[in-house]
Amino acid sequence: MDYVSPEGLRLDGRRPMEMRQLRAEIGTVAKANGSAVFEMGNTKVIAAVYGPREVQNRSQQINDQALVIMANFSTGDRMRKPKGDRRSTEISLVIRQTMEACILTHLMPRSQIGLCFNSIFTKKKHYTIFKELIDLCALSCLLASSFPISVYSRKRNISILNVSAGTRSACINAATLALADAGIPMRDIVTSCSAGYLNSTPLLDLNYIEDSAGGPDVTVGILPKLDKVTLLQMDAKLPVDIFENVMGLAIEGCKAIANYIREVLLENTKQLEYRRGL
Amino acid sequence: MRGLQLPLSQTQRIRLQRALEKLQSLSCKANSDASVTVADTIPVNYEDAFLKGHGTTDLNGDLVATVCGVVERINKLVYVRALRARYKPEVGDIVVGRVVEVSQKRWRLEINFSLDAILMLSSMNMPDGIQRRHTALDELNMRGIFEENDVVCAEVRNFQHDGSLQLQARSQKYGKLEKGQLLIVDPYLVKKSKQHFHHLAQFGIDLILGRNGFIWVGEHVEARDSMVVDQANSSEQSMVPEEKNQTHTPLEMRQNICRIANAVRVLSTLGFSSDADLILGTVELSSTVKIDIHDMLGSEFHVLVAEREAERRSLMGKRKR
Repeated sequence: MDYVSPEGLRLDGRRPMEMRQLRAEIGTVAKANGSAVFEMGNTKVIAAVYGPREVQNRSQQINDQALVIMANFSTGDRMRKPKGDRRSTEISLVIRQTMEACILTHLMPRSQIGLCFNSIFTKKKHYTIFKELIDLCALSCLLASSFPISVYSRKRNISILNVSAGTRSACINAATLALADAGIPMRDIVTSCSAGYLNSTPLLDLNYIEDSAGGPDVTVGILPKLDKVTLLQMDAKLPVDIFENVMGLAIEGCKAIANYIREVLLENTKQLEYRRGL
Repeated sequence: MRGLQLPLSQTQRIRLQRALEKLQSLSCKANSDASVTVADTIPVNYEDAFLKGHGTTDLNGDLVATVCGVVERINKLVYVRALRARYKPEVGDIVVGRVVEVSQKRWRLEINFSLDAILMLSSMNMPDGIQRRHTALDELNMRGIFEENDVVCAEVRNFQHDGSLQLQARSQKYGKLEKGQLLIVDPYLVKKSKQHFHHLAQFGIDLILGRNGFIWVGEHVEARDSMVVDQANSSEQSMVPEEKNQTHTPLEMRQNICRIANAVRVLSTLGFSSDADLILGTVELSSTVKIDIHDMLGSEFHVLVAEREAERRSLMGKRKR
């Protein structure tokens, strides 16, 4: 299958170095301390942050730093496994570690910060259902279990994206926004973006079809100000010189996302400040 | 931008937008761009010495913000005041909290801080108003004073060396709050002022603006300041409050409570700071336009409040000049 046409266009009409459309909104989950929605094309992720608050499980308390916990990520599987399946455990571990690297946990000793995610593969007409899901999030603010999405998906026929690199980076971007909204001190914002290599062309920000093609796929998370990499994942083999190209492309994508996130945050801060008044 | 999740009609949307733009233009004159986001460099004069405060960190010699907020400079200190964070207690703040646990000689209170606050039995006056040592019997009767899920008003006493927070309730104005509503708003919306207890005499309602963003609207109770009297006939009086608790709150009172509570809710969704004057103004507005209590949370009233606030702030600005 041709993923890049001879004219140099991809299946959804983008250029190889073009990102999907970004959209971010802050403050969507009313009951959370911080929340955000991040959209990359059709991948939509809601992130909610609860805390810093008292540790619920006292035995997990850490005396000199905050505990970052995360609900098991909801994957496409409808069956709920008692111990969580490997895929969701892996993705929540990856996201948790990435976020933990940027939070200044030592400033909030003996407390816990909870992260919740919800990813939906949306079309516009599903927007109302999405709102319902937000309400659901607010209800299930306890982090112990993952959200009852599966019930909803069967009833309303929302197709939930299989956990792919796109969701992973969208989650990290949404989490950054939500943490900043919750006023949790961070070293730097973390942004993440993926890039792949198909038809011997490096492609930025793979969409669902390109992702399912099974080609190499590099997910990078960076701290743009510190210029450091916090996350780097690749599931296939690539020659070193090509890998460098692809990773460079992904980093460029991260920087573009960082600029966008900064704009959104600054706008939000200004709004809050002027509305509050003197 | 933080969107309002309200169904707005076309005209309402335009009116709201206009009001918000007016607010923006008013505040822009007051303070120039002092807003920063995470990892923004804060401009400082390196020749003068400066102290880095909360919300800042040092990165290769630059001063960098770690939270989103507004840069504040006081003499040499440079810090970032975070908006929309959880409550950062200061000694002497009046807070409203909810009891989550009754344990040995102490209650644990949820006050929107990163840890639960502790109210020791020894740092509170007994409800009968007698100054005496707390005995083992008092410890057993702790649940008679506050139970789990009770709403309590107290003052921040101090920080322990390990960072946990102690409260005190050494006055008759502190203590259990009953017959009212607890509202939770963002702590940055409640400003520190001389007066956090308000008695709205025309409604017969107590309004307590906890600095942690917990706002209490409840029926007015007379502060029992007369400790001497209490001591004299404490045995007889101990029965009286029990009977009082049984009596119903009249319907009108409950409506007043709801009206004020809804006014606070509207102000907090719009992100306006909630001080007593503004809350009262909103209540007055709601009664002058004769809006039903349950319609106060609708979009029309939100727009009205936003317009009125824009008006008020522009008037205030003119008066200053």
